[in-house]
Amino acid sequence: MATDEDGALPIVLVHRPANFHFPFKDRLETQFRLLDPFDSDPPESTHSFFSRHAASVRVLLCVDPEPISGDLISLLPNLHLIVCSSAGVDHVDLQECRRRSIAVTSAGKAFSPDVADLAVGLLIDVLRRVSAGDRYVRARLWARNGEYQLGSKLGGKRVGIVGLGSIGTEIAKRLESFGCAISYNSRKKKPYVHFPWHKNVYDLAINSDILVVCCALTEETHHMINKDVMTALGKEGVIINVGRGDLIDEKELVQLLVIGELGGAGLDVFENEPDVPEELFGLNNVVLSPHCAVATPECFDALEELITANLKAYFSSNPLQSLVEFE
Amino acid sequence: MSTQSVSVQSSNTNTIMNNISVLMTCPMSEYLEQELETRFNVIKLWNHSSSKSDFFKNNSNFIKAVVGNTELGADAEMIDSLPNLEIVSSYSVGLDKIDLDKCKEKGIKVTNTPDVLTDDVADLAIGLALAVSRKIPVSDQFVRNGNWIRGDFGLATKFSGKSVGIVGLGRIGSAIAKRAEAFNCPISYHSRSKKPNTNYKYYSNIVDLAANCQILIVACALTEETRHIVNRKVIDALGPKGILINIGRGAHVDEPELVSALLEGRLGGAGLDVYENEPELPEELFALENVVLVPHVGSDTEETSKAMADLVISNLEAYFKGELLLTPVM
Repeated sequence: MATDEDGALPIVLVHRPANFHFPFKDRLETQFRLLDPFDSDPPESTHSFFSRHAASVRVLLCVDPEPISGDLISLLPNLHLIVCSSAGVDHVDLQECRRRSIAVTSAGKAFSPDVADLAVGLLIDVLRRVSAGDRYVRARLWARNGEYQLGSKLGGKRVGIVGLGSIGTEIAKRLESFGCAISYNSRKKKPYVHFPWHKNVYDLAINSDILVVCCALTEETHHMINKDVMTALGKEGVIINVGRGDLIDEKELVQLLVIGELGGAGLDVFENEPDVPEELFGLNNVVLSPHCAVATPECFDALEELITANLKAYFSSNPLQSLVEFE
Repeated sequence: MSTQSVSVQSSNTNTIMNNISVLMTCPMSEYLEQELETRFNVIKLWNHSSSKSDFFKNNSNFIKAVVGNTELGADAEMIDSLPNLEIVSSYSVGLDKIDLDKCKEKGIKVTNTPDVLTDDVADLAIGLALAVSRKIPVSDQFVRNGNWIRGDFGLATKFSGKSVGIVGLGRIGSAIAKRAEAFNCPISYHSRSKKPNTNYKYYSNIVDLAANCQILIVACALTEETRHIVNRKVIDALGPKGILINIGRGAHVDEPELVSALLEGRLGGAGLDVYENEPELPEELFALENVVLVPHVGSDTEETSKAMADLVISNLEAYFKGELLLTPVM
């Protein structure tokens, strides 16, 4: 393992949420010297800790969802690389990184299958009333009231994927096998992709029965799924969101669901996690998930492997994986 | 034949058909009831439940057709009490509630509803596997109970890439395999005989299949041989990390053994659409978070219910017009 001049382990500054349980810290500590403000004794603020160690820090490990602002980055004049633990990097001041030529890596494709699995699982649940049916059975209503309400067939439905990146591609592959007709919207049409492309989300919604939202959150995509788009999707329309809560105008979404102007929704993300609009709790055509698209042990193993590999690669001057491309 | 005589012919046929008595065994589809009533004289067995023997005494000679389903079909007793029965048109693909030997013996035609429900049942099988693996209903309840405010939900398990073992590689089993492949799941199967034209790994013994897969999906027909095909040995072979999905019939699985395996942690989880005594099921299951329970909804979508009903009607119409049956069983 590459070490610095005096043989000590290479330094990695850690920026994480206060109550975060760091599953692979021990293993990382065998290869890197982790500097963590929450380990300092006596306790020290992040600002103060960063400033004190600034000269020796070239790499920062940023554990989501703890945001890393331009202000914090400016405390670290020698910072070359930020290694992130999530697929989304909307919590990182990318403009500042670009200005300073700081490389940023994400979880890349490591999570894509798990996120895609949850998106499909939520969709089948909404259409076929799996969670609602489970509640019905457990409440002993099957024997008392007889057959449960009919669901809706998945095959033949038109699915519009918002954002055909790694996650969107995995979702498309799965839903094709169920007989869904796939189309998508992304900033630019993708070459070599045979699904029809729509130049904006409104057009996609007009031509779809189901919208699956899985794109990155940026200034442009904030509240991209607005009232017009949801109305265009229609009364029987279903929305699945495994991207970020802010991609959808949540207030409008709730309103449309409550008054029955939208068919259903499967949501893993919300604008103010962990707060979820309580109006949704009484609805049987909605499935709610506490941001656990990547909450599988396999995801964490893949993440540990990727983070370790990128840290090692940096310190031995080898190529990095899952580099975030700046706009 | 001139157009005029064809229309006379049809209206004659309609008149004739309106006099044909069709027995519906239980409520199964309002749409089907309505469509049957425009064409036939429909007798609803459930309206005569208090006086069943009187009913049969007074009506049995008139009944030429029975429309049954997975709840109540046409068993030996019913067939024997309907001396002029000519056709049983089942609102299901499963035939376990019909005495096929007796029908054959008496020359009674039988039709069912294959193919139109294959996709829905396969979709639900995968949906249940995802729901159990990723704990979707449990985490939904976690949010609705307000628990997310207090802390994170915790980990589930990955579905993609898990090995899937299918019991019965017929229409439904094949459709399940096709979907699971899109999730990069290696596929293996057990059936009475190896199927030509597939690359999936075959196990002639179901215990071996269970020992070599992580998710076992029951998708075969219910016959005398397959009753309790998933028994304690199979469940133990599937193991504490294994998941059982049943979209076949409740009787495929030894239900008390399944319950004790789940309670004792010898089986990792289960997703069930069918049970041995529907709509009753073992209450011990209600306390478990590693099971997902749905009320026999395998083909219960608006689209498929209508397609099944249309197929029942088309078969009956074809029969009484002297045309070829669309989906005969025998």
